[in-house]
Amino acid sequence: MIHDAKMMAELAAQTPAATPILANASRRGVLGGLGALVLALSLRDTARADEGQTEEQKAKKFGADGMPHGWRDDPKIFVAIAKDGTVTVTNHRSEMGQGVRTSVALVVADELEADWSKVRVTQAYGDEERFGNQDTDGSRSLRHFFQHFRHAGAAARLMLIQAAAKQWNVPVAEVRAENHQLVHAKSGRKLGYGEVAAAAAELPVPERDSVKLKDPKAFRYIGTGKIGLIDNHDITTGKAIYGLDVKLDGMLYAVVARPPVYGGKVKSVDDAATLKVPGVVKTVRIEGGEIPSEFMPLGGVAVVAKNTWAAMKGRDALKIEWDDGPNAGYDTDAFRTELEKAARQPGKVVRNQGDVDGAFAKAKKKFEAEYFVPHLAQAPMEPPAAVVSVKDGACEAWACTQGPQAAHDRLVKRLNLPADKVKVNVTLLGGGFGRKSKPDYVVEAALCSQAVGAPVKLAWTREDDIHHGYYHTISVERIEASVDEKGMPTAWLHRSTAPTIGSIFAPDPQHELPFELGMGLVNNPLNIKNMRLENPAAPAHVRIGWFRSVSNIPHAFAIQSFVAELAHAAGRDPKDYLLELIGPGRKIDPTEIGDVWNYGEDPKRYPIDTGRLRRVIETVADGAKWGRKLEKGRGLGVAGHYSFVTYTACAAEVEVDAKGQVKVNAIDIAVDCGAQVNPERIRSQMEGAVVMGMGLALTSEITFKNGRAQQNNFDGYEIVRIDAAPKEIRVHLVPSGDYAGPLGGVGEPGVPPVAPAIANAVFAATGRRVRQLPIRGQAASA
Amino acid sequence: MIKLTVNGAPRSFDGDPDMPLLWYLRDELGLTGSKFGCGAALCGACTIHLGGTAARACVTPVSAAEGQDVVTIEGLSPDGNHPVQAAWRDLNVAQCGYCQCGQIMQAAALLKDTPKPSDDQIDEAMSGNICRCGTYPRIRAAIHQAAGQTPAAKGERL
Repeated sequence: MIHDAKMMAELAAQTPAATPILANASRRGVLGGLGALVLALSLRDTARADEGQTEEQKAKKFGADGMPHGWRDDPKIFVAIAKDGTVTVTNHRSEMGQGVRTSVALVVADELEADWSKVRVTQAYGDEERFGNQDTDGSRSLRHFFQHFRHAGAAARLMLIQAAAKQWNVPVAEVRAENHQLVHAKSGRKLGYGEVAAAAAELPVPERDSVKLKDPKAFRYIGTGKIGLIDNHDITTGKAIYGLDVKLDGMLYAVVARPPVYGGKVKSVDDAATLKVPGVVKTVRIEGGEIPSEFMPLGGVAVVAKNTWAAMKGRDALKIEWDDGPNAGYDTDAFRTELEKAARQPGKVVRNQGDVDGAFAKAKKKFEAEYFVPHLAQAPMEPPAAVVSVKDGACEAWACTQGPQAAHDRLVKRLNLPADKVKVNVTLLGGGFGRKSKPDYVVEAALCSQAVGAPVKLAWTREDDIHHGYYHTISVERIEASVDEKGMPTAWLHRSTAPTIGSIFAPDPQHELPFELGMGLVNNPLNIKNMRLENPAAPAHVRIGWFRSVSNIPHAFAIQSFVAELAHAAGRDPKDYLLELIGPGRKIDPTEIGDVWNYGEDPKRYPIDTGRLRRVIETVADGAKWGRKLEKGRGLGVAGHYSFVTYTACAAEVEVDAKGQVKVNAIDIAVDCGAQVNPERIRSQMEGAVVMGMGLALTSEITFKNGRAQQNNFDGYEIVRIDAAPKEIRVHLVPSGDYAGPLGGVGEPGVPPVAPAIANAVFAATGRRVRQLPIRGQAASA
Repeated sequence: MIKLTVNGAPRSFDGDPDMPLLWYLRDELGLTGSKFGCGAALCGACTIHLGGTAARACVTPVSAAEGQDVVTIEGLSPDGNHPVQAAWRDLNVAQCGYCQCGQIMQAAALLKDTPKPSDDQIDEAMSGNICRCGTYPRIRAAIHQAAGQTPAAKGERL
């Protein structure tokens, strides 16, 4: 564990990063501020981590408080009201399809008692000092900021009330705000919000404790699910502006030829033919190729031209000789064998309870299985893109980024400019899924702009996206269990073997970081007396990054598949067996089972509640009419999972033909994320998670030979199309908690249970157990 | 010099005739509603109407549009209220929204030819349009909702 602390300290020094665990490493950590110590505190289980810290420093912060730059309590930053009454809400979280612009605006509008038709939203530029944490990942936006946005709206309402009371010279208590009006009932006087906005803006921001939040019974928008997307009109008319849509005067266009192997470099380049392509302006060498790459460019040669097409043609004409570097031999088939070998040996113990070896020694029956999940590409429909203007010692960027502050800081570093001379504007994101947390493409655009002295729009093609990604890891999960005479596990050994995301920040780390282990491995809530969880070493040979729900994907696939295998061996119904294995409803302190991370949330506020996990499983079972008789070739499968402090379960009905072609007929998905702020978007996130989960379950995979990705575009990298999407996705929103209570995440938790539910359904349909994703034709009758 | 009509306006282009229509529309005309997703007619994000038929602008050279009418999402309806657009808003189909212009153009073309499509007909017509956010169930529902409300379904001329 000391080794880990050391590695994490290295990470802290190298990577002021915007990531779940690394998020605790403030980007100011390097300056010796808060970040380094908060990071160290995430490793409380190591004696070293606490050295030299004050008691106050030891007080770990949670939620938004635990994120770099935390949150801001100032309605003047987030709410503006014009003379005509138009309310403009500033949203500081990136919109990538989760609906956050709508949800944030409706939360503020509700507490403000605003008329929704008069509410607009504007996007904050990257400035966490001003807006608080903007790192949009980890399913955190409403989880962390719901209460703060409520406060911002309520404080602004109070200021309007105070201003009206002053104008009328009546006590504040006699004035109320109602649907965009200030009302003095006694005298029957009314004022529109716009009429007192200027006076209200002159007032001091009320003390936080003096601001009264609305009674949830009076909510107009929160929890109703009746508010349409605030960007609906722009999106459906082509007016919505994404990263690739920004246009500046005099702008040029660029694409980059990058090393085909991670860590490769340009040996020589001949750009003579490129420069002859009409429209090509210049080629630009992009320095890079370091391992770890962090969020910086991979290097290569950029072609800058008068339009995108000329840039692409120019790139095709480049003659580049590459030095492939240390990853030239990366072959995912061979690597899988290495991972299997590692998984069959003892590894670093990350949780140990009871006596697994003793139970195994005594056991009459023992089972084991290995589960494989390949690399995946996030493949957002809008590939990475940015427009950047570097001019007169300043830089302004427009980018589809999940982390504008992270982009800002990389630009400052790479361009060597003062922090206040760099500004990052956030466009809409045409999907993110974790890819756009890493701003390498923004830096590339800036380097091109600097080199040509004009604004540059830099586009990644789909091939670039597939070949040079920050891929989902590749993993072998091995589970062994001994069972009693009833077939229930007496001991459980799980070895998770996968290259870590830490490998983009530190040289050659071999083990999963606490946030990866905390995604369903160490916090496994199954009620088994003897349990040992291990993490054998695994090196990385490509850039590993976050992919929607991250390490929950392999962990949930393995655990939920293996439970179904044990159920079958015991001759039991898999749903009943799963519920029995979860055990009675109880609240588990995650720190007591070795999870020091818990998604950055307070373990006391956010215990793992097995009752809630049971309930979502029971809900999908009911929804799918579990236990009904199905036609031959059809099967039902179920899986449940806890992730991002939310509970989800999925029941899948599949149909498998003789060739092993799997058709998903219907999916039930249930989610318990605490109180529901915008149920309409929770529903859409679950629908989307089902489709994404289906893709990785059935067809998606990135493989490597000679260090090179073998897929190029949506032909080789197959994701779900409408003809494969189930006719029915039934989303069940399980009511839970109240609006003062802790919220769970929504964007990611829908994904993990989908693949194991489908694999379990395939088994039910065919009797064939598929342990390797994607399933493709593996269930074909022999 | 290539002459064509874009959203009703006559245009001429004297650049590379091989340039895909997509880049002409986006980079030269500033019509960024047609999106780049794959560059190989694999995802449909760039779908436009060429001579009244859905086409992938990313693989259609400008030269192929010579003398033809090109309609992009910006020109689908004067006020953005084509029944497909309205249904898309009504059902909140979009998540990130990036692919939806292409989806809408494809759906509008489908309804022109097949005013009341079945689920299977929808799947067949729309399977070239990828949505990574996974909005497919709502796309189906929105097309059904828009069906019957299009001018073609009402027997009017589009």
